[in-house]
Order: sequence, then structure tokens, then C-alpha cells
Amino acid sequence: MKFDPFVIPFNIGLFFILIYAVVRSIIWFRALSRPDKLRLQRGFFGRPFGQSLKEIFLESLIHRKIFKTNFLLGYMHMSLAFGWFLLILFGTIEADIFGDSHLNPPYKAIFFKYFNPVHGMTGIEAAYSFLMDLILAFILSGLLLAVIKRFYSRVVGMRKTTKLKTLDRIALTSLWMIFPSRLLAESFTSGAYGSGSFLTGSLGSSLASFLPAIEMAYPFWWLYSISLGTFFILLPLTRYMHIPTELFLIFARNSGIRTGDQPGAFMEMQIYSCSSCGICIDACQLNFSAGITNIQSAYLMKGLRNAEDVRDIASNCLMCGRCDIKCPVGIELTPVRMIARRSGDSEAGSKNGIWKKYFPERHPVAPEKQSHEPAYGWLPEAKVPKADVLYYAGCMTHLTPAVKNAMVKILDASGVNYDFIDRDGGVCCGRPLMLAGQDREARELINYNSQLIWKSGATTLVTSCPICYKVFRESYYLNVEVLHHTQFIRRLILKGSIRLSFLRKKVSYHTPSELGRRSGIYDDPKLVLMHVARFQKTGFDDENSLCCGGSLGNTRISHDQKNKIALDAVHELTKADPDILATACPLCKKTFAGVSDTPVADIAEIVAEALSLPVPPAGRKGKKILKHRETANID
Amino acid sequence: MEGFGFSVLKERHINYDANDKSIAEYIAEREPSFRTCIECGCCSATCTTGAFTNFSLRELQILLKRGENEIAREQISKCMLCGKCILVCPRGVNTRNVILLAREAFRKLMKNEV
Repeated sequence: MKFDPFVIPFNIGLFFILIYAVVRSIIWFRALSRPDKLRLQRGFFGRPFGQSLKEIFLESLIHRKIFKTNFLLGYMHMSLAFGWFLLILFGTIEADIFGDSHLNPPYKAIFFKYFNPVHGMTGIEAAYSFLMDLILAFILSGLLLAVIKRFYSRVVGMRKTTKLKTLDRIALTSLWMIFPSRLLAESFTSGAYGSGSFLTGSLGSSLASFLPAIEMAYPFWWLYSISLGTFFILLPLTRYMHIPTELFLIFARNSGIRTGDQPGAFMEMQIYSCSSCGICIDACQLNFSAGITNIQSAYLMKGLRNAEDVRDIASNCLMCGRCDIKCPVGIELTPVRMIARRSGDSEAGSKNGIWKKYFPERHPVAPEKQSHEPAYGWLPEAKVPKADVLYYAGCMTHLTPAVKNAMVKILDASGVNYDFIDRDGGVCCGRPLMLAGQDREARELINYNSQLIWKSGATTLVTSCPICYKVFRESYYLNVEVLHHTQFIRRLILKGSIRLSFLRKKVSYHTPSELGRRSGIYDDPKLVLMHVARFQKTGFDDENSLCCGGSLGNTRISHDQKNKIALDAVHELTKADPDILATACPLCKKTFAGVSDTPVADIAEIVAEALSLPVPPAGRKGKKILKHRETANID
Repeated sequence: MEGFGFSVLKERHINYDANDKSIAEYIAEREPSFRTCIECGCCSATCTTGAFTNFSLRELQILLKRGENEIAREQISKCMLCGKCILVCPRGVNTRNVILLAREAFRKLMKNEV
């Protein structure tokens, strides 16, 4: 038997999705900027190619990162992805070796059993059938988990309805139908001919004992083919588009392409690569502390994909970056959200018609139309004396004067030639405006502060606030070294400029999101703390750190919701019962101080306290002690 | 009242009928904490912009609630959104969102969308 009409739905679907994937890839490639195109070309024909293949195997098939987060979820994703891949691979080999000809059309492999019903009775053929049954059982076990998870998730209300609800549901149903219909079709055929292995064979013979197997098999082969065809045709309109997109994304990312701050083809690829696995939802403090369950990154991606108005979702986020770290696909969620925040009053949901759904316009985010008058004409003339080191406390530090005073004390003790540029209050660094999506206004403040720093002729800029630190380092064009005060203090200790005594206190450290995940400063604050006090781990260290809740990133949540987040975070961080809850951000300090029973202090304050105590006896140089303690404390 | 020797200063006259409170309503609808403000002035006391100009969020709140939008429109763009006012507010007003919404409302007012 060479052909049967039931393979037509499958063939239509398969050729449609193959052609679509090629066309969409070409559209994306052409939309990339010129440097990005060159990067991708170089990456495709260079070393990143191997890396990409490895990543595709580990992440797209095995789903290693999901395994690390949640074993059952990982197994579910792996059994469906890797299992289906194996079924296709071994099915093709099976059709090639045992079929009546080589290089068969794909349907010959997919519907092998129908065309070769008596295959797999003895010897190596039976062993091969056993393997194929094993793979099918593997997929079906994952599918069972998926079905359970779907209904369990509905109960806890984790899924949001979308505009494409009906289509998503049809695609999901067709995906669920694929493997059970294959099982039944193969079982009936096996039952009729007495072939098949442990799964299809035994199920087939038991079914054949009371049902007309041959007559029953044919409709299920039709069902199997129709399910596949429907799934392929609906795939571009649903979240399952992540399957082909992720491959493209991995190649693009390994070639060095990044989102940056402009919407474009790469951002679109990332949006389509989201599989809505829900790991970002579990990581989000707004979810587990404040009970806000509709704004997480998976929903942002879904909204962007369906061209909905996402401004409310985009603004209601702490920008702490916990989801960025956890995302198993490695989507740059925060940069995408920043781009969405900058979008103006765009006409969302204007995409009607099926063609527009398959080929949406370049990007769903329209930039805001802005007037070009300066918003901050009132800024005073920049005047600053010459100095080597500039200390910029920042707005938030002025609100926590203890931090500011501690830093002045440390700077005075260290003997460096410094100037406190915003001693009497300064102009904001610009990051709060950027976080609200107002980049043009932020640029005015950035220019003003840049002038100030250029005029001073300084070589080092020290900030106390991680929010300022990040923007000074990333968005200013300066020829000075920007340091957070924890980095600066560590250098002073290493140089021996300040000598500190050891406080007999237990200290837990809260890593501020802006300093840790957003700027990558993890070790300096901890090493300084180890130098002056007994350092304790919290269970939420480094990349897994929590947000204090006071984040300027969120303009929507209420005072009560912020407090809930802060309370939960303090509760987790003080489990080891420390004497002091240390942090390195004035905003975190201010937020925690209101809800914490444990005293909250900035690292600068703790260091200043150690400074005021009698200096250790001569001969024990700070440098040596720090070296010693660093080696003793690092795991 | 004037017959009894009492009078109101001319500059203190507020004509609520002539004033347009749509901006305040637009804000309060989207940010309910706007209504809880008691005009204590903590926000103005800590304001970064206030250190350089006569910008005062307290004044803005009063003006917007009275519907005297013209002065508010001129003042509102001065804010740098640094967020100190949120942290000092004893009533938990989400002041940054109030500013953002007021700007949005003024922008929409120009297009007659409020």
C-alpha cells in the first residue's frame, strides 16, 4: 500500500508549517539591523553554531532548566518535546529500514503501522517495535501530567483568558488528541493483525477481542492525521509557536544579538519564544506576596503576541528581575517590558483578519509621540569644585541621612580628596524617569549630571544608591569609574586606607535587586560584611534574592501591597535571627525599616560603626585580615 | 455676610461651578489613593525638585482637586519622579502614579479625550 486519503490533512498541515517557518524566518532576518544580520551570519558559520546545537538539545528537547526548577514540570516538557522528537527520528529510521523503499515521504514514517500492519512480529523488528512503544508510552505519561496540570491550574486560577481563547483551546485539544489517537489507531491495527509490542500489541489484542478491529482502526488513523494537521495549521496563532521560534532565538542569541532598548525583530522572536510555562509566575513576588496574578511576564508576552493593550501589565512590575533569572528560555523579560513601558497611547487590538494574525506587523509597540520642549528648564547652572573622588548620595540616601553621614565619616577617615556633589540636595539621576518609560526627560537630567561630573575632573564616582549606580554606569557617557559604596569601601580596606575593628554581631545581608541581578554586584557587599561582622546566609542570596517591595519600578501597586511584600521578605531574611539586617540600598533600608523588628542598617553604617571603635593593635594590617577572612569565609 | 462686617479676600474666591474637575476625577478613578491625601505637605518638604524651584506636590493636589488646572499644568512637568514623596507620605498615596496620571490626563485633555 502506497497511499491512502487519510494522510492528506497531515500533509497539508506539515507543508503549511514548513513553508510558514521558512517565510517567517526570512521576515525576521530581513527585519534585523545590519550589524545584527552580520552577527547572525558570523554566528551561523562559526563556533556559536555548535553551542547553539548543544543548547537546542539541552533546553529545547531535554528542558534542563525546567528540570532544575521543578522536576515534574521538567518531565512533562521533556516527555512531550524529546519524546516526540525521538518518535519522529526513530519512526523515520524504521520506515527507511523496514519499509518497502528508502527515502520515504514523511507520512510513511508517521503512519508506518498503517502501511506495514504485520511489521514487528519477530527478532530485531520486534525489538524495534518495543522501542517505538516505549517512546509512545513515555509521551503519553507526560501528556497525562499535562492534562492533570491544566485542570489543577484552572482551579488555582493561574490562566488568564485571552482574545485567542477559542483558537488556543482548539490547538491544545488537537495536541492532546495526537498521541491517544495514535495509540488507538496502532492498537486496533495491531490487534487486527496480531502484531505490535507491549503497549499497542496488548491493548490491541484486548480491544480486538470484543470489537471489530480493522473497521475501528481506520477512523482513528483519520483522527490522528486530522489532529496533526489542525495542530500544525493553528500553531502560528498560539503559544505553540514557541517550538519553531525558540530554535531561531537560540541561534540569534548565541550570535550575540541582544534586545537593547529598541523594539524589533529580536524582541518579536523573544515574545514568540515564550511557551507560557508559568515559571515566571511562581518566581514573582507580586504573585506570592501581594496576590497580583495577571501581570507576570508570561501574560505580558501573551498580551504582546495578541497585540493587546499591555500598558497596565507593563507598568505593574517591580522590575526586580527574578523572572529574568528563572526563565528557562532565557528571554530578556525586563528589557522587553521596558520597551513596552515606553509605548505611547497606541491603538491596540487593531489587528483584524486572519492574514494579519499569521503575519502581524513588525512590532506591536508604537513609540510615544513627544513634544520637544525641555521639561526641566529650571535646572540650576552646574557648579562643582575640582576633586579626585565624587560622592553622589542620591535622592533616596538623602531620605536616610544615617547612610549619608556614615559615608561622610568613612570618606573623611580614608583621607581621599573627595567632593560631596549633592550635599545640599542634587538633581535626580534619571533612572526613576526611565523606569516610568520617560527616556527623553531622563536624558535631560543625565546631561545635566554629566556636565557636573565632567567639570569636576574626577576619576571616580561613588554612589550610595544602586538605582543611581546602574544608570551612571549604563546610560551616562563618562570617563570616570563608577563605584557603588560597597565596592569603594572594599577597596579602601584592601588598600589599608581605613582600619576597622570586628563587631561581634550576626548580620544577614539582603541583596538589593538593582545592585545584584540588575548590576551583577554580589560579592563586594558580602566581603565587606565578612570583614566587620559575623555574616549569615539567608537562603535568598545572590541571584535568588528578594525584592524589598519599595521598588520605583512599579507605579501601580498600593501602599498595602508594598508593605505585604516587604513583610514577607523581612520574614524570610530574618529567619536566622540576625542582630542586624544589612542592605546596600537606601530604598531597601527605608522600606524594611518600617516593617522589620530586627534593626535594618546599610553596610556603610556598619562600617562606620566599626570605624569608631578602637583601632586594632599595630601590625595587624586590614589588608591581611581581609585576605584571611575572605579565604576563610568563601565556600 | 458682608452686611455683618465679614468678607472674603478676593483672591480666596473659588468658583467651583466654573472650575473643571475632570483631571482630578480622571486621576482618582485610576489611583484611588489620590483621595486619601490630607495635604499635610510631607511630600513638598522632602521634594528633590522643591529644593530648586517652587514646585510643591501639596499645592498641586489642592489645585487639581479645586479644578484650577492651569497652574497645575505648568507645574506638573517639573517633577523628576524620584519617589521620595511616596516614602514619606503618611497616607500611603502613590504620588508617582498621581503625577504620571495627571500628565497623561493633561495630554489627553489637549485631544479632548478626558
